[in-house]
Amino acid sequence: MLDCGSSLSRVAIAYRTYGTLNAARSNAILICHALTGDQYVAERHPVTGKGGWWDVVVGPGLPIDTDRYFVISSNVLGGCMGSTGPRTVMTQAGRDDDPAVLWGTDFPPVTIRDMVRAQKRLVEQLGIARLFAVVGGSMGGMQVLQWAASYPESVFAAVPIATAPYHSAQNIAFNEVGRQSIFADADWQQGRYWQSGAIPARGLAVARMVAHITYLSEEALTRKFGRRMRGGSLAVFNDMFEVESYLQHQGSTFVRRFDANSYLTITRACDWFDLAAEYDGNLSAAFAGTRTRFCLISFTSDWLYPTAESRAVARALNGAGANVSFVEIASDKGHDAFLLDEPDFHRTLAGFLGGCAEHAGLAA
Amino acid sequence: MRYVAKNMRLDLRLIAGMVAPGARVLDIGCGDGTLIDHLYRTHGCDARGINIDMAEVTRAIAHGLPVMHGDADTDLAQYPDDSFDYVVLSRTLQAVERPREVLRQMLRIGRHALVSFPNFGHWQLRWKLLWTGRMPNTKVWDRPWYETPNIHPCTIRDFFALAEQEGYVVERWLAVDDDGQRSPWRRFPAMANLFGEQALFQLRKA
Repeated sequence: MLDCGSSLSRVAIAYRTYGTLNAARSNAILICHALTGDQYVAERHPVTGKGGWWDVVVGPGLPIDTDRYFVISSNVLGGCMGSTGPRTVMTQAGRDDDPAVLWGTDFPPVTIRDMVRAQKRLVEQLGIARLFAVVGGSMGGMQVLQWAASYPESVFAAVPIATAPYHSAQNIAFNEVGRQSIFADADWQQGRYWQSGAIPARGLAVARMVAHITYLSEEALTRKFGRRMRGGSLAVFNDMFEVESYLQHQGSTFVRRFDANSYLTITRACDWFDLAAEYDGNLSAAFAGTRTRFCLISFTSDWLYPTAESRAVARALNGAGANVSFVEIASDKGHDAFLLDEPDFHRTLAGFLGGCAEHAGLAA
Repeated sequence: MRYVAKNMRLDLRLIAGMVAPGARVLDIGCGDGTLIDHLYRTHGCDARGINIDMAEVTRAIAHGLPVMHGDADTDLAQYPDDSFDYVVLSRTLQAVERPREVLRQMLRIGRHALVSFPNFGHWQLRWKLLWTGRMPNTKVWDRPWYETPNIHPCTIRDFFALAEQEGYVVERWLAVDDDGQRSPWRRFPAMANLFGEQALFQLRKA
């Protein structure tokens, strides 16, 4: 049953695990991925062939130490890397599936809470009653907050990173530009592109280009590209500046691994997210009586999910009497800093988890 | 960060001695978290910290301590009443914007307030001001007037007066010289105000 009122008769959730679950089943960490992430956290991605999206953080001896913790990561509901979503075969109760008919835009709108419900079922299937920690950045951080609010007894420690308790008008605005760009691509065909085998590559690439700018900072763009040119002569239709070809490259590689309808579904889920709304606008009430230990982390140059939003969550948690750590990490890399090599961030994450492990009685 | 108590700053050692085992403690201006770590390890306290210095917060969390970045002047208001048994403000009172409001918040969210501060009434400061006619510089007050973070210095007698004015009960107090010797003037505020380099007060609401 979904928040929108409709229900999915069969749901598949694609997941990967790393490390070993201990005998007490008490060392599991769930990692929630961001908008365009997936379950391939710390291994070669089957489509792109590149390393995992968080392989600087998750692995043996790394901040999320797979020698010590059992790491689970799953593709969100509505995603396109194996979990039920717009790109999977449509299922309807009491009817045989037609493998040629995909959900497409008929896939019901899902929410962050729906994604988290699906994750909870997965974790239960794995025989884990309580997660040692739930960790995630950006949209993954929203899932962490939702986990802590919906299933406080099942989350010993929560680490929402570079995230917010709701999507701001600016966040929604950028997402809308992306969606309109997809709608405007003739190949999108009202969402039925999967029938012809075409993909709205142009629209999806532009959506990614816009979004990618929001993941960086002005300083990072200046440092990486400045005003450096590719040619040197003034041109209108060819890309002139290095930053342009960089963005085009980001856009074109993205369309090879991501589904446009999935992008629409997931950006909508983000925009819809407003944790306090479930509690009459009182964010503290979402965490009333919680015993979960929290660590909120933001980054100085992140203007997509600025520190003020993490601070608001920290204050709301104080209002609920929760155990909260909160730090803003100095970085000029923008929102994407949480994916990159940021030693202070990594030390903070490792130390917080280590301290929690002590309180949880996990063996070192 | 398994410091033993003897490595701890004197006022922190004295504060630790005043906290009951198992208590809920909030340490405002907790530095690198030495006190909360000590209270957790030796007293079994649920001790948490707030600090305005981001580098210290990072270090404290990296050591596994529950510390949040925050400001004594603005980040106490959201805690519910009586959230803590003790709220600690060590060597920070003189650096906050609104000391009186911070004390009010401390005694709203905690049953007891433990406040330590360097005593501006110490004879050396008085002597230096009198003799040189310039803002005194000592080991405790070691920054020139134009860049000191200590914008609200006070004396032991000032603090007694404020506590009375605000209707707080001084449950315990002590003054120490730099070596941590407390007697022989512990019963006499005027003497303590002259010879005490640091003061420590435990307050509660009347």
